[in-house]
Amino acid sequence: MKVILDTELKFEEHQKLKGKDSSKFAITTTDLSVHFGLKAAIKKINLKIRRNTVTSIIGPSGCGKSTLLRSLNLMHELTPRTKVTGTIKILDKDITEYDVINLRNKVGMVFQKPNPFPKMSIYENVISGYKLSGKNPSESFDDIVERCLIHSALWDEVKDRLNKPAISLSGGQQQRLCIARTIAINPEIILMDEPTSALDPLSTMKIEKLIHDFKNDYTIIIVTHNMQQAARVSDFTAFMFIGDLVEFDKTKKLFTVPTVKLTEEYITGKFG
Amino acid sequence: MKLDDIKFTDGNLQRRKILNRLMLSLCTIAAVLSVAPLLYVFFYTTFSGISALNIDFFTQLPKPVGETGGGMANSIIGTLILVTIGSLIGIPVGILSGIYVAEYSNNIFSNIIKFVTDVLSGIPSIIIGIFAYGVVVLTMGGFSALAGGFALGIIMIPTVTRTTEEMLKLVPVNLREASLALGVSRWKTSLKIVLKTASTGIITGILLSIARVAGETAPLLFTSFGNRFMSYSLTEPIDSMPVRIFNYAISPFEEWHKLAWAGAFILIFLIFILNLVVRFITRDKYSINN
Repeated sequence: MKVILDTELKFEEHQKLKGKDSSKFAITTTDLSVHFGLKAAIKKINLKIRRNTVTSIIGPSGCGKSTLLRSLNLMHELTPRTKVTGTIKILDKDITEYDVINLRNKVGMVFQKPNPFPKMSIYENVISGYKLSGKNPSESFDDIVERCLIHSALWDEVKDRLNKPAISLSGGQQQRLCIARTIAINPEIILMDEPTSALDPLSTMKIEKLIHDFKNDYTIIIVTHNMQQAARVSDFTAFMFIGDLVEFDKTKKLFTVPTVKLTEEYITGKFG
Repeated sequence: MKLDDIKFTDGNLQRRKILNRLMLSLCTIAAVLSVAPLLYVFFYTTFSGISALNIDFFTQLPKPVGETGGGMANSIIGTLILVTIGSLIGIPVGILSGIYVAEYSNNIFSNIIKFVTDVLSGIPSIIIGIFAYGVVVLTMGGFSALAGGFALGIIMIPTVTRTTEEMLKLVPVNLREASLALGVSRWKTSLKIVLKTASTGIITGILLSIARVAGETAPLLFTSFGNRFMSYSLTEPIDSMPVRIFNYAISPFEEWHKLAWAGAFILIFLIFILNLVVRFITRDKYSINN
């Protein structure tokens, strides 16, 4: 229980430090269901995600983890014949009230496979969010690139070759570049869809460390297949199974004393 | 059976080696056969055409029968004008419909477009010429550069559409998603990420279509018709290299035959240069080999 109190304390501290008086929740979903055609991908999900916490979503393949994640920045709209019911509140505003572009500026996303833009340099990739949409940032591009690359722990490795192509980097470096690109547009929430599943253990470790450091500034939701990773990086964990949210609790509690039998069976490896 | 028992020289290894050599030689022969006619055409045209080439060829107008000398200045200019008009029609329409088919629609309408462009690309060019005659020449009341350019543009559309579509489909989904997730709107993503990533392939397709229409003769015979004089007017008949070559080649005069060879050589040479230029422009700035 000590750990839980720690999380609470940390949360209160963050709020004081950042002077945020608004709600404690970055994301609230109410009876959220997503259907692809006739098939329900997720069913009546009720989830409240606190600000400045890391939440991981675990579950076997096809349980709707990615669908849930992608519905939070409306990426699921890319799939044809998608139907959504229920409500999603992002930063105390209903998701339907957002312009999709503003929403995605607030809710960034990091993908499973590192996907830097191949025809751009490292430098251009970091500022691509501005360059592509034609927005003007409040600080200079040089400052953004330096700040974000330092923040994503890539600066020392690439500062001498910022104009080299992004695809000349290793997989782990590319993923950190994608993270730098995401934080460059100052999101408040970062969604990560299995960000380390294509990476080696060392790169995975670096990214997990980043996630840990990011908590001060962002709310992070990470989908992962790796239960150890969920246990290592997250404050809260949601366990999903065939479209249902089975259990959502503090990570330590979910992994030590789960209340639902199914959760216990999954985390002890009885299925999945 | 233990590993040591397997003798690698046993069995059909010898047979496989021979078969491998045989198939490899067949492939090599096929490759040589496919390039040989091209090289033959290239060298024969060069050989026959280069002797008739001189500065007059590029600066003089055609001389009447009986007089020696003369050139194709009007045909060269005419071909450039016709190809430009054709490109202005064919490239935008082709690229935009390619984007539509590949990016924005997955319904029966896009399947119809795909089918129609396939059919259109197989239609003999002379029929496109008749179409342009009916649509432009009869409407405007006479042969014109516009009518010829229109016919060439129509011929370009299916090639450009299909290459654009194929190239756009090769762009991985995760690049689109990366751009969209950064809050970039869909049309900007299409334009700045998808189209840019596919640009090399699309430009190659455009180039192929330009190379094809630059040598088209049949659709120009009754659209742009031909003109013995220099013309820059879009509403007047205009000369073109293929038509001029055709007319000279079927004539009984030795002098004109020579000029036709020279014209053919220049036409091939222009397409060759066009290829080199585009290769230079689209060379990959960020290829890892640099």
